[in-house]
Amino acid sequence: MPLSWILLLLAAIGLAAFFLSRRRAVGSVEGDARRLHSLPLYYGLHGAMMALAPALLLLAIWLVVQPMLLDRSILSGLPDDAIPEGSTPGLVMSDVRRVADGIERAFANGAFSEGDLTALTTEDVGAVITGGGTALGTPLTADVLAAARDYWLARGTLAWIMTAAVLGLALIGAAWAIRRSDGAFRARNVVERGVLVLLIAAASIAILTTVGIVLSMLFETSNFFRQYEWTEFFFNTTWQPSFSGRGGSSELGIIPLLWGTLYISLIALIVAVPIGLFAAIYLSEYAGKTFRSIAKPVIEILAGIPTIVYGLFALITVGPLLRDAFASPLGLGNSASSVMTAGLVMGIMLIPFVSSLSDDIINAVPQAMRDGSLGLGATQSETIRQVIVPAALPGIVGAVLLAASRAIGETMIVVLGAGAAARLDLNPFEAMTTVTVKIVSQLTGDTDFASPETLVAFALGLTLFVITLGLNVLALYIVRKYREQYE
Amino acid sequence: MTDATAEGGAGHGGAGQGSLLARDTRTARRNAAESRFKLYGLIAVCIGIAMLVLLLTSILMNGLSSFQQTRLQIMVELPEDKLDKSGVRDPEVMSKVTTFGYAPLLRDGLEATIAEAGIETDLSAKDAADLISDESVAQLRNMVLANPDLVGQTIPVEVLASGRIDGYYKGRVTMASAELDSNISPEQLVLADQLKAAGKLSTSFNWSFFTAPDASDTRPEAAGLGVAILGSLYMMLIVLCLALPIGVAASIYLEEFAPQNRWTDLIEVNISNLAAVPSIVFGILGLAIFINFAGLPQSAPIVGGLVLTLMTLPTIIIATRAALKAVPPSIRDAALGLGASKMQSVFHHVLPLAMPGILTGTIIGLAQALGETAPLLLIGMVAFVREYPESPLDGGLFDPATALPVQVYNWTQRSDPAFVERASGAIITLLLFLLVMNLTAIFLRRKFERRW
Repeated sequence: MPLSWILLLLAAIGLAAFFLSRRRAVGSVEGDARRLHSLPLYYGLHGAMMALAPALLLLAIWLVVQPMLLDRSILSGLPDDAIPEGSTPGLVMSDVRRVADGIERAFANGAFSEGDLTALTTEDVGAVITGGGTALGTPLTADVLAAARDYWLARGTLAWIMTAAVLGLALIGAAWAIRRSDGAFRARNVVERGVLVLLIAAASIAILTTVGIVLSMLFETSNFFRQYEWTEFFFNTTWQPSFSGRGGSSELGIIPLLWGTLYISLIALIVAVPIGLFAAIYLSEYAGKTFRSIAKPVIEILAGIPTIVYGLFALITVGPLLRDAFASPLGLGNSASSVMTAGLVMGIMLIPFVSSLSDDIINAVPQAMRDGSLGLGATQSETIRQVIVPAALPGIVGAVLLAASRAIGETMIVVLGAGAAARLDLNPFEAMTTVTVKIVSQLTGDTDFASPETLVAFALGLTLFVITLGLNVLALYIVRKYREQYE
Repeated sequence: MTDATAEGGAGHGGAGQGSLLARDTRTARRNAAESRFKLYGLIAVCIGIAMLVLLLTSILMNGLSSFQQTRLQIMVELPEDKLDKSGVRDPEVMSKVTTFGYAPLLRDGLEATIAEAGIETDLSAKDAADLISDESVAQLRNMVLANPDLVGQTIPVEVLASGRIDGYYKGRVTMASAELDSNISPEQLVLADQLKAAGKLSTSFNWSFFTAPDASDTRPEAAGLGVAILGSLYMMLIVLCLALPIGVAASIYLEEFAPQNRWTDLIEVNISNLAAVPSIVFGILGLAIFINFAGLPQSAPIVGGLVLTLMTLPTIIIATRAALKAVPPSIRDAALGLGASKMQSVFHHVLPLAMPGILTGTIIGLAQALGETAPLLLIGMVAFVREYPESPLDGGLFDPATALPVQVYNWTQRSDPAFVERASGAIITLLLFLLVMNLTAIFLRRKFERRW
């Protein structure tokens, strides 16, 4: 039975439970709703909740667990030599699954009958399945065919068991809820507790996401370090993946990538921090109300522009401009994509980031400090330089750190503006590459999750995650500590 | 400004006695420093604004022309003996005639049009036919297959001009560059000019840019955003359907019910960290969990939507919590005082009052998700997709599709410079969508915002 039918039936059971529970509750007090503990609605909701919640939970768990257990049992049933040289259990299993789908389709078309399966040879079955629109990667072997038949039969049986279990559970829940519905039953409390569980589950998704990020990267990274020495990864100064010669000949050192990342981020910060800081100071201390109300949103538009737009800007405008105006005449190279291009454009992107964070922090400095300084005769700029900025310094440092973490994790600008050559160089007009660029290039196109060239992307991702997380935590710590001083 | 007088006698200013009215050199210096400092600030603000202007002009200058397209108007004869030998007008049978069967028809049509306009040209019919986009043949075939009764008639057709001709009228191709280009010759450009003078070639608004699917490397003139817009729309639907309820539920719990304990702290720290995790890390998560582990298909809007949901959640949660916090406690107290349960006071009173703020935050989160590119690259949305996905009810969420920003990236990787124009045009489209979303958010805020 397809999933949509199960869901539809569940909905029907839930609806029936809603009305029956409510009717029984109202009936138990002879229609006098005032004698009920809760509003009639809650009795209905309680019925629906009891019918649906356990059944849906079971359905979800079943759908996740069944494929895993089934795969394992089918794989353990396969003889050892069924997995050819150079293949993996996963690949064989996907073949089995494909053949099983083919058998299912052939059955639906009426090309097979129950008896055929055991009698027919692999060639016949292969021909029928291929004719039914299933592409087979390798010629069908007897082992795979047998496994596929078992898989298909087991899947069919399990689907029926699941349907029965889920619908049965829904009916039991509904019956139980209806039986409990009488005037004294505290339906509202139960329903509200159910809703609260739902709210907690939603809030916990944030934790699940973090756990998912960390686990997925840790798992693949450990796979990577099983194939590639970790000292090589962290200390080798060459990045030279080779996709032709599996393993061995590839050199996957992270240092050139980190260098490119840090160099570009540094240029971006050199652009963004002074401009952002001065803009924030001007807007919060000098600008009139009208000017501020126009200029602040205009600068903040820069923050709302997607990074791909900056990337394209780097690629078609800034890159060629820098090459023709500086790099070529000075003899520093003739590449349009360069550290400078990516750094400048990223700097522009970070201006609003630095300026609005600093703006908030400068505004949080108490007015009394300004008044005190001005009252002692300092000029406004002296007040700013000697009183306000020192007072806001921890917050500003926090803002710069957050901006740095943004710069390090930024992808599209560097993909389009920085180039792809891993290089340890000081010339800012040379194309270099970053950690994020390499994650993209190793994980797009044809990927083979058994080779270190692909898996290295997860190690890069984990490194990136740890660096940015560290910067964020440090920044938040500094900002928080600073805030306590004045509040 | 006058503080120098206090210490003036102690050696500054030199005159021995400072005056409140005359400025000594030190005051002048300090005043100069003051105005310099102010100027730096003004310059910084101006640089920020100038950069925005520069960015937008650069994109507009490069991209506006993609909304115009050069087309040729020719009469094409559709002979029965070539297209439908059986004469039954059955599309099934007629589909045996491939695009090779249609190409000569367009060539003849163009030749006839040239002759009819009285244009003298030395070009062979084949060279002249290079004016027409390769894509037009397929379009003509689809048109005939969709309406078999056209066979046997001579119909007026509007066909796409080739990318180089299109570029000629947009200033990208010149007579000088055509000399060096193997794809186009100056004679062909002259012919195009003559056709234009005869009214057979014209430039008009490019609707197909928004509806057509992507096209191959050699046919930039036919490339459109149809599949990408649809894919982005599907993903936004998923993000809206998942992130809004989950985000609101999480915020309600954290703001209204959560006790002060370790678990709550952990959730809070996680949310603030997730907001700052680089977007590409979410792409790795999507690849590892949704594709490799859960076995969802690559390039599918469902995976993109899930990844973007996880990315958008922190934004929505932060905005929703701010909106809930802004509802004064007196509302809650009044509801509780009248006998409502805590849950009822939240869902019946606080939530409706916070709704405008929540919607504003959601729209801003959606806008952020719409422009996100990096995670989508990792889950295979860079693939070349020409088929429109089915409707979401028919499993379209699992069909391959691309997204607007990914299409931009895709086009920047092509060699033909005509794709740069297309990419910029796609960016303008993307920015227009974002503009509309943000204006809606501002409108909602202005219209429904309450000050308590």
